[in-house]
Amino acid sequence: MSSTTHSAEHHDDHGPAKGIKRWLFTTNHKDIGTLYLIFSLTMFFIGGSMALVIRSELMMPGLQFVHPEFFNQMTTMHALIMVFGAVMPAFVGLANWMIPMMIGGPDMALPRMNNWSFWILPIAFGILLSTLFMNGGAPAGGWTMYPPLVLQTGNAFPFLVFSVHLMGISSIMGAINIIVTIMNMRAPGMSLLKMPMFVWTWLITAYLLIAVMPVLAGAVTMLLTDQFFGTSFFLAAGGGDPVMFQHIFWFFGHPEVYIMILPAFGVVSEIIPTFARKPLFGHDSMVYAASSIAFLSFIVWAHHMFTVGMPLTGQLFFMFSTMLIAVPTGVKVFNWMATMWKGSMSFETPMLFSLAFLFLFTIGGFSGLMLAIAPADVQYHDTYFVVAHFHYVLVPGSVFGIMAAAYYWLPKWTGVMYDEKLGKIHFWASAIFVNLTFFPMHFLGLAGMPRRIPDYSTQFADFNMMASIGAIGFGLSQLLFVYIIIKAARGNGVKATAEVWDNPRGLEWTVPSPAPYHTFENPPTIKE
Amino acid sequence: MSHAENRYYIPHGSHWPIVGSIGLLLLMVGVSNWLNGHELGRWVMFGGVGIMIIMLTGWFGTVIAESQTGKYNSQVDISFRMGMYWFIFSEVMFFAAFFGALFYARNMSVPWLGGDSNNFFTNLLLWSGFESEWPTNGPGTIGGHFEPMGPIGLPLLNTAILLLSSVTVTIAHHALREKHRGVLKIFLAATFLLGFSFVYMQAFEYMEAYEHMNLTLGSGIYGSTFFMLTGFHGMHVTIGAIMLTIIWFRVVRGHFTPEHHFGFEAVAWYWHFVDVVWLCLYVFVYWL
Repeated sequence: MSSTTHSAEHHDDHGPAKGIKRWLFTTNHKDIGTLYLIFSLTMFFIGGSMALVIRSELMMPGLQFVHPEFFNQMTTMHALIMVFGAVMPAFVGLANWMIPMMIGGPDMALPRMNNWSFWILPIAFGILLSTLFMNGGAPAGGWTMYPPLVLQTGNAFPFLVFSVHLMGISSIMGAINIIVTIMNMRAPGMSLLKMPMFVWTWLITAYLLIAVMPVLAGAVTMLLTDQFFGTSFFLAAGGGDPVMFQHIFWFFGHPEVYIMILPAFGVVSEIIPTFARKPLFGHDSMVYAASSIAFLSFIVWAHHMFTVGMPLTGQLFFMFSTMLIAVPTGVKVFNWMATMWKGSMSFETPMLFSLAFLFLFTIGGFSGLMLAIAPADVQYHDTYFVVAHFHYVLVPGSVFGIMAAAYYWLPKWTGVMYDEKLGKIHFWASAIFVNLTFFPMHFLGLAGMPRRIPDYSTQFADFNMMASIGAIGFGLSQLLFVYIIIKAARGNGVKATAEVWDNPRGLEWTVPSPAPYHTFENPPTIKE
Repeated sequence: MSHAENRYYIPHGSHWPIVGSIGLLLLMVGVSNWLNGHELGRWVMFGGVGIMIIMLTGWFGTVIAESQTGKYNSQVDISFRMGMYWFIFSEVMFFAAFFGALFYARNMSVPWLGGDSNNFFTNLLLWSGFESEWPTNGPGTIGGHFEPMGPIGLPLLNTAILLLSSVTVTIAHHALREKHRGVLKIFLAATFLLGFSFVYMQAFEYMEAYEHMNLTLGSGIYGSTFFMLTGFHGMHVTIGAIMLTIIWFRVVRGHFTPEHHFGFEAVAWYWHFVDVVWLCLYVFVYWL
């Protein structure tokens, strides 16, 4: 297969343009992937700083550093930035970089639109971050934007709505591009069920994005008209219902959480086979499991709202449908374990992150099952137990997935091996501090500490102190991550081979490291 | 596959996306400031709209030129088709949010305010005397007494107009494939003229609603769902009619062949999509 790599002969091959124009005007999937990843890392630090403001305030009972209003702005902005600015763009960046190479295509299918989907994001987040400096401050009613509370936002309100619209436009265009690329740009012989799991999970994610981002756009549009044009969608006096917003929002919101985890499933499904030196166990069942999870994600949304006063039949339906998701998720977890069974394992940094993902995401999954039990959820709802749950699936879940992917493919991107020793230090620091941060929150929640409150009763002091120390440690460990990336990006390290790892599967390992600016201009031959 | 001529066309660098982003920035910042009561925001918004128009003209112009010079092979054509298909699907989901709001209000929130299900005390204590009905502007009679829009008359005429335009665009498509350029021009022109007359009639309907029926965007949940659904639909009809007009000018210039006319087909798909949305609107907003 290595004979298929150099394909530039007799073609008007364009290298990258010079200077800033390269990044502003680029239509190259690798450039755009890099832009997405850098943007995401930047947002990760901005959102992370906000998390540290929250944790500093919560380190001790009483109010010490910030006003409660500002505290609420921090919780709201932290969530919006991490969800839409850090996690989602990171996965789109990985998709941009890897999907064309993994399916043997020359680039993304719609390269100009690809550029636009990225360049809308800095605009969207520029607008969102500018609200911090406006009259009335940034949005403070929670990232879920529930009315009527969100309608009390000051001047920031329309900016919030329109920045969400922009994020939606960007995501929809990105998702369309990914679907079209996967369905139309595969090398001959790359049948659907031969595609790597990362490509599969992204295909399913892209369908979810196209289905739910427009619904979010509709929901915030109704907020906007309720605020400025006298409509009554969420006003009971006019026949509407504030709870209706929650239904529409979570119809988007629940698939959204799978949008943030499915590509991470794909990443670990690539990494575990490489470092267990065995093919992925049950490839096709993984595809069906991911599809089932995606389908079920559309019919579970009201488990986020068990306490709003739903008819009993509704509660039962959403409780059971939610628990059903444990079945395909269990299939995936068991398949990953079966992949490692009797494997010839080694524990480089990407594998360490993937293993931590496997353990810690499963913990987050189990606490999700606890929350799915409607009668019990009445106790947990809006407590730190919920915060612990979704941070377990998002930080050691999605974020560890992203970090695993970054270490796994960094040699392919930069052409040099990252510093393995520092990588391992980064992993252990992250893994220890992430648990120190979020595990005590389970106990806080079960003991009754509410979310989104800057002060608390003294009985919660010890666990909060632990969580805050963990958060600061986790934040500082991430500086090491940046250092490792910059070091590799500057070509400082051992030269990587094309294969990088020990006999990994996938077309991306057949091209040289770093991957040339254009790959697979002539489609490769697929084995078998 | 390895023929250089048959390569998948990949553009090398484009400044249109970044122009579009700047346009969107001005547009969004302008509208937001305007809504916050700053008159200047309106002018920033118009600036953004202007840049967006320049961007769309330039971007589509580039794509049309590339298409006319034969840069796109059949694989690129498939990409465009799939892209348009999924774009329309995203639009369907956008409308689904508003239809969802309509169904929720009619089947859940309004009956519940009237004491349905386990909401006896909600009704008794909060909205005593309110009886669930549709159309309604809620227990607070927000916006005052209004007259609902019936299915007969203008809306029925508009249904006929849109259905007819669907037929004419199909006739135009067949004419294009059978090289009857004259028939193509006439029926395509008929399609966008029908489209614009739909928009004209709807504007007339809105004026009627505002001036004589006291039916406004502020008429409780009925007015909200009525104007949001028909309004967004009308916006889509306007966009569709503009796109059909542009396609007509391209036809006059001699673009499109019986084999290659994706631009025409994409707009025709879009037109059928707004037609189907209208049928749902007619049934659930005007009729039932």
